[in-house]
Amino acid sequence: MEHFPILSAITFLPLLGVLIILSINGEKEVVARNARNAAMLTTIATFLFSLVLWFGFDKTTAEFQFQEQAEWLGGGINYHMGVDGISILFVLLTTFIMPICILCGWETIKDRVKEYMIAFLLLECFMIGVFCTLDLVLFYVFFEAGLIPMFLIIGVWGGANRVYAAYKLFLYTLLGSVLMLVAMLYMYAQAGTTDIPTLMNFDFDPHAQTWLFLAFFASFAVKMPMWPVHTWLPDAHVQAPTAGSVILAGILLKMGGYGFLRFSLPMFPVASEELAWLIYALSCIAIIYTSLVALRQTDMKKLIAYSSVAHMGFVTIGIFAFNIQGIEGSIMVMLAHGFVAAALFLCVGVVYDRLHTRDIDRYGGLVSIMPRYALVFMFFTMASVGLPGTANFVGEVLVLVGIFKVSTWTAFFALFGVILGAAYMLYLYRRVVFGELTKADLKDLLDLNKREIIIFAPLVFFTLWMGVYPSTFMDFIHVSVENLTLQHEISMSSYHALTQTLAGH
Amino acid sequence: MTELFPNLAIAYGEIFLALGAMVLLMVGVFKKDSVNMVSWLAVGFMVITLFLVLGNGGEQRFTFSNMFVADGFTQFMKILVLVASGLAVIMSREFFKLEGDNRFEFPVLLVLATIGMMVMVSANDLMSLYMGIELQSLALYVLAAFKRDSERSTEAGLKYFVLGALSSGILLYGCSLIYGFVGSTNFTSIATALYGGEASIGAIIGLVFVLSGLAFKISAVPFHMWTPDVYEGSQTPVTAFFAVAPKVAALALLARTLYVPFGELSSSWAQVVIFMSVASMLLGSFAAIMQTNIKRLMAYSSIGHVGFALLGLIAGTTDGLKGLMIYMAIYLVMNVGMFVCIMSMRRKEEGMVEDIGELSGLGQTHPMFAAFISIFMFSLAGVPPLAGFFAKWYVIIPIVTQGHFVLATIAVLASVVGAYYYIRIVKVMYFDDPVEGFVPQKSYAMKIIMTLSAILVLAFIIPQISRPVLDGAANAAQGLVQN
Repeated sequence: MEHFPILSAITFLPLLGVLIILSINGEKEVVARNARNAAMLTTIATFLFSLVLWFGFDKTTAEFQFQEQAEWLGGGINYHMGVDGISILFVLLTTFIMPICILCGWETIKDRVKEYMIAFLLLECFMIGVFCTLDLVLFYVFFEAGLIPMFLIIGVWGGANRVYAAYKLFLYTLLGSVLMLVAMLYMYAQAGTTDIPTLMNFDFDPHAQTWLFLAFFASFAVKMPMWPVHTWLPDAHVQAPTAGSVILAGILLKMGGYGFLRFSLPMFPVASEELAWLIYALSCIAIIYTSLVALRQTDMKKLIAYSSVAHMGFVTIGIFAFNIQGIEGSIMVMLAHGFVAAALFLCVGVVYDRLHTRDIDRYGGLVSIMPRYALVFMFFTMASVGLPGTANFVGEVLVLVGIFKVSTWTAFFALFGVILGAAYMLYLYRRVVFGELTKADLKDLLDLNKREIIIFAPLVFFTLWMGVYPSTFMDFIHVSVENLTLQHEISMSSYHALTQTLAGH
Repeated sequence: MTELFPNLAIAYGEIFLALGAMVLLMVGVFKKDSVNMVSWLAVGFMVITLFLVLGNGGEQRFTFSNMFVADGFTQFMKILVLVASGLAVIMSREFFKLEGDNRFEFPVLLVLATIGMMVMVSANDLMSLYMGIELQSLALYVLAAFKRDSERSTEAGLKYFVLGALSSGILLYGCSLIYGFVGSTNFTSIATALYGGEASIGAIIGLVFVLSGLAFKISAVPFHMWTPDVYEGSQTPVTAFFAVAPKVAALALLARTLYVPFGELSSSWAQVVIFMSVASMLLGSFAAIMQTNIKRLMAYSSIGHVGFALLGLIAGTTDGLKGLMIYMAIYLVMNVGMFVCIMSMRRKEEGMVEDIGELSGLGQTHPMFAAFISIFMFSLAGVPPLAGFFAKWYVIIPIVTQGHFVLATIAVLASVVGAYYYIRIVKVMYFDDPVEGFVPQKSYAMKIIMTLSAILVLAFIIPQISRPVLDGAANAAQGLVQN
């Protein structure tokens, strides 16, 4: 039976919104209002559509579901969509975060609203596409295309130093990705197809795997970002408008982790295993180093940006633990970070909208005039630290359990990072919210308004849900991850058997 | 095999266009103020020629004592040449209307150059190769210097002429060497003579000389020196024409020369082509960074793109040729679109402007126009999902298949450097503050060309649009390699 192409519908629905917004003309005010409404409706409709995935997903199989296939460029390059347990939650995360992003720029974006909304809707289309596609070329297309709207979002609506940040984001990411492109071309030349499920079962030559792995690594490490190629992230975050930061932290960073899970691990198992030490080392450095850097920051957004790098260190460690706990943990950390980091950037956005500065020293004592804000900010600070009962805790514990089985030292450094994480987040919170309210311009700040509460409410809800009852989410992931680790073990044991017979001769 | 009377049917397109050019000349001379009529007649003749070429079929046929060949490959390339030339005529007409220059020679010269290019594409002999090149070049020299009271234009024409004559000399010398050492000027005979045996050093030197002469025509490094000056000095419609049609023709000629008579020597010429390709890509990327004149920037951009197109030749396979053809087709659309945009850069007081800074803030004042330029820029940079990405994809695949990983890596890295200067234009349009006085494009023809090109660039990802090009290129590539 031909089923409704739900994945294509979700992916391309935002484009419909773009067309609608493009057709809006008239006075500036009217255009702005209509553009906002149209964007909001589109993202909400996309979210509602994506709920079909949530309810229709079969959690008992690791197969790709909701598959769609069509002729595309020919020669083994086809339009192929599908989700499994690893990707489905990222799709839902994207569709969930988008309405929040639109809402967050509702009042603060006054210039070129039409273009702003178009950029975000395009970005949504590309992001969903990245997680839904099962074709290498299509993946690359979506992966790279997202750069165009992101470049414009930062460059047009960003802060003072926006041009530099936009360039850095664009060129860094492009540089990483083109290396992946060469690797993809090689894979296509070898396998004759760019179908991801086929490539997952294709045995690449172990020697070539190392190069392929490194090429993909170049791209995903930049996107994650991993130390030492993380430097574009603080700049991009600081200069981006709030909604841009939310998207960046909430979804774009996850593409790197998703890439590792979708490509590096299943397609280059031998190289992944052999180069795991590199990943551990870089991740540990990232966790410790960026945490220390975060302690010294005077800019709120920069601090949270560095904390993102540290959290992504956990993700990579978990993925390259090669066991169920580690991988499930890293997916959970990514999802949790999607909620929590997004919320933290929104928290910064709230005070930034009022005072137009992100300088930590300009704040202090907000608790006495903005109690609701203080509460929300505290909640997400705690969630970021990994307080039990919040989303991050589950993921971090799983990652640590997973890595402990493999490398005790890595676990030690990662744990050390957790402590540092608590230090810089609490330090930030103390400086902004607690203390005497001495600064004159802070005295008449208003507490959260209704729009802002609507923004935060679902994020709080999901952070708690994930923390208290993670099984809802883990059930989606579990079978696919189990299959992934199983496949990995099989290919590793056959590789070992092969090397032994070779050594025997 | 000698024919009593050559089979003209194969060359109907060229013959018709040549007669058409004479008719245009007569109309222009004897009818006052006929420039509009001549232009549109020229376009009409090209369209008819296009149908004649299409009607010729894709199977391989020779005529004029094997000096002239028609196959799927020539058909594909001639379509590109004719489309590029036809659009150039329309673009120039709209341009000169605004500039108030109404000389009918312009379209006639364009038509003559087009005939030269079609002969180049179909050349199967060193003689017809040279005839095609010279017919094309002589018309182009005049076009470059067309604005004769402008110092820049005259300089461009003279520079192009002197350097072009030099390169023709080198080419001829190469041809004579090949004739001397191999004993024939015919491609098929040369291929037979070289088959299996060891090539004499003289023939190889001759080949290198011919390669150098052709490299000049496609402006590949190290024979690119004339490009920025001529692009900048010539009037914009001339530049727009230079950027596409002659390159398509010269690359087609280069492909045939390398594949058919000298296919046996591929190990000798591959190194030369690799060098030209890498040097062009790198120079095209790095030298463009500092440019402030958009036409100069496009000149370096075209050098870089030729470097990419040459990648298709290096592979020496059917897929490589296919990649080359796809590349040229997409390159044509992007460049035509972009040059229409450049021709639309007008200010109230100064008239035509060429400085990148003039685009400042267009994202706010002329959103559609800015969006079109951005589409072309991102596409030229090779960012997916735009057509430029697929162009790069299809030339790099055969390279990787052949195991040239370093080459492929250099190519993609060069494209990142290139992206830097392409997105600078986007930056100027969207991030900088608007400047008053920019006059929007009013001509409908120009708007239509601009919009159509942008849509094609955007929609290449849709299989219904891209498959005809991909399949056509695949068939055409088959046609050349079968020889």
